[in-house]
Amino acid sequence: MREILVLAEHRKGVLRDITWEMLSLGKELAEKMEAQLTTVLPGYEVKSLADELSTQADLVLLVEDERLQNFSSMAYQQVLSTLITTRKPIITLIGHTACGIDLAPGLAAALGMPLATDCLSLTLTEKELTAVRQIYGGKVNAEVACSCEKGCIATIRAGVVSPWGEETRKGKVEVIQSPSLEGISRQRFIEYVEAAIGGVDITQADIIVAIGRGIQDKENIPLAEELAKALGGTLACSRPIVDKKWLPKAHQVGTSGKTVRPKAYIALGISGAFQHIVGMKDSGVIIAVNKDPRAPIFEVADYGIVCDLFDFMPVLKEKAKELLQRR
Amino acid sequence: MDIIVCVKKVPDTREAELIITKDGKDIEKGELVCDINEWDRYAVEEAIRLKEELGGSVTAVAVTPDEDEDLLRKCLAMGADRAIMVKDESFRGSDAHVIATALHHIIKDLPFDLVFTGVQAEDDGYAQVGGILAGFLKVPHATLVTQIEVLERKVQVHRELEEALMEVVELDMPAVCTIQTGINEPRYVSIMGIRKAAKKEMKTLNTSDLGLTEEELGDSASKVKIKGLSLPPSGKGAEILKGSTGEIATKVASILKSKGVLA
Ligand SMILES: Cc1cc2nc3c(=O)[nH]c(=O)nc-3n(C[C@H](O)[C@H](O)[C@H](O)COP(=O)(O)OP(=O)(O)OC[C@H]3O[C@@H](n4cnc5c(N)ncnc54)[C@H](O)[C@@H]3O)c2cc1C
Ligand SMILES: Nc1ncnc2c1ncn2[C@@H]1O[C@H](COP(=O)(O)O)[C@@H](O)[C@H]1O
Repeated sequence: MREILVLAEHRKGVLRDITWEMLSLGKELAEKMEAQLTTVLPGYEVKSLADELSTQADLVLLVEDERLQNFSSMAYQQVLSTLITTRKPIITLIGHTACGIDLAPGLAAALGMPLATDCLSLTLTEKELTAVRQIYGGKVNAEVACSCEKGCIATIRAGVVSPWGEETRKGKVEVIQSPSLEGISRQRFIEYVEAAIGGVDITQADIIVAIGRGIQDKENIPLAEELAKALGGTLACSRPIVDKKWLPKAHQVGTSGKTVRPKAYIALGISGAFQHIVGMKDSGVIIAVNKDPRAPIFEVADYGIVCDLFDFMPVLKEKAKELLQRR
Repeated sequence: MDIIVCVKKVPDTREAELIITKDGKDIEKGELVCDINEWDRYAVEEAIRLKEELGGSVTAVAVTPDEDEDLLRKCLAMGADRAIMVKDESFRGSDAHVIATALHHIIKDLPFDLVFTGVQAEDDGYAQVGGILAGFLKVPHATLVTQIEVLERKVQVHRELEEALMEVVELDMPAVCTIQTGINEPRYVSIMGIRKAAKKEMKTLNTSDLGLTEEELGDSASKVKIKGLSLPPSGKGAEILKGSTGEIATKVASILKSKGVLA
């Protein structure tokens, strides 16, 4: 039977959201292609996760091995390449996450298979996979295609497909032997560490003023700080501001920072890369200020202001002060 | 410690109005300013820091359809010892697989302990080349690296996962790491610095020097092909506020008030 294969991603005993998103996408593809939806779960002592997965897949392949307790790209690569070689799925779906980024390219190289990364949507025919992805920092959409006649791999961006939620399948769980996992000792998982994030807790703020690379210089940060203060809000930022050590990590919004849901989020000079959007898209109201009318941030913002942030910041600050004084 | 670092030149598209080329497969790059890929700047810096600490050499390599000598000169000015550029028109439109194939051909005959790439290129955002290259070289790898410690014949690296979580992984050398931004503070290079580095060794090769065949190159060799580009419709999401800055600020204040945040 034809098959759509989905890699179940989990960490510290919990299935990650991307897994349900991919199963939802996989289900759509499977229905269209009249294929079976199979998910592979490599891990150790994860039977309960397999049962959870069986509610949304036709078949769960549980590969249990002590050496699969924590994610390892080398071990996972062997598990998947063995399965893909024998089962020949039309397509294998992997999350475009820290796990998928580590795994998919090496896997594609080993199998000699085409790989489309960071896909937003997929269309499958007998012969071809077509995927939509973004390039140039999200300013351009690219439609890419590859053959799927000998199988293909796609990594899926987190947060773009909605999970089905309810039980849609009553799949079987099949326990399979892990491959020899030869040579994986050249790469060793040591431990998880949590980055020390002290300081402000931006997740508690009602109003966030967030700055991006558009702030241009460390010297300009006090201007944004004053605006935040005048509005009774908290200062946050995009990643480059933290990379440059202009603000501590505690201020960063996004996949590798914090997820925030303030009542209002004001983005100043932030382009709107998806890694940033993921962390703020559920804010109450989003107001974006950017010089570039085509900046992707305007696609998630409720209100857009196309201008120089240095012209806008002081005016809004005065306005806020005025309002507060009038009270 | 011999380190090879792969670098790419990318156009700065952040504030530019982008125009799609007639064939629909790329953007017009004529007017755009190009510079080293953000992630690669950190990768070069990390390589140089390790060399300064432990001795050895740093070689910068680039595969390109364009004249990217300035990119490599910049790497030399930052402190790389030598540079290799493989230039061939057929690299235009190549996918990550083809680029990694070419890089593999350059690197496989060089001595190395570590190969660095950036996590991803700002332009195509594939996040593939480093991982594929490690696969071709048959060496262990780690992506999204934010810290590297060199130990006896192995490295211990921090990989950035989601949120504030990281994992510590050990790799036997030789190994490939894809470097994440923020791992260090890249040094600034002056025009003077670039001039001074002019004497350093820079090799320009073509694809036949590498023994690459037609079938391994270019659009026809790419497994993933670009069918067409499009610009997302502008203003789809946001209501664009118009007027003087004063008028807009008043509007913003009333929006905030209506959300109950500016009482
Ligand atoms: C694995 C991974 C994880 C990541 N995690 C995160 C994360 O958690 N958070 C995050 O933010 N990013 C993250 N990133 C980085 C992300 O991809 C982008 O590089 C980053 O978000 C860009 O930040 P920016 O918008 O501030 O800068 P840029 O993309 O450089 O945008 C600057 C914007 O400012 C505008 N501008 C410039 N000057 C002015 C002016 N005077 N007035 C008005 N507008 C102006 C420009 O038009 C441009 O749109 C991650 C990347 C990777 C690969
Ligand atoms: N043409 C190239 N020449 C040299 N290195 C490259 C090239 N393309 C990509 N790379 C390297 O691979 C990394 C990831 O690129 P990508 O997989 O295209 O997102 C970049 O940060 C570079 O280090």
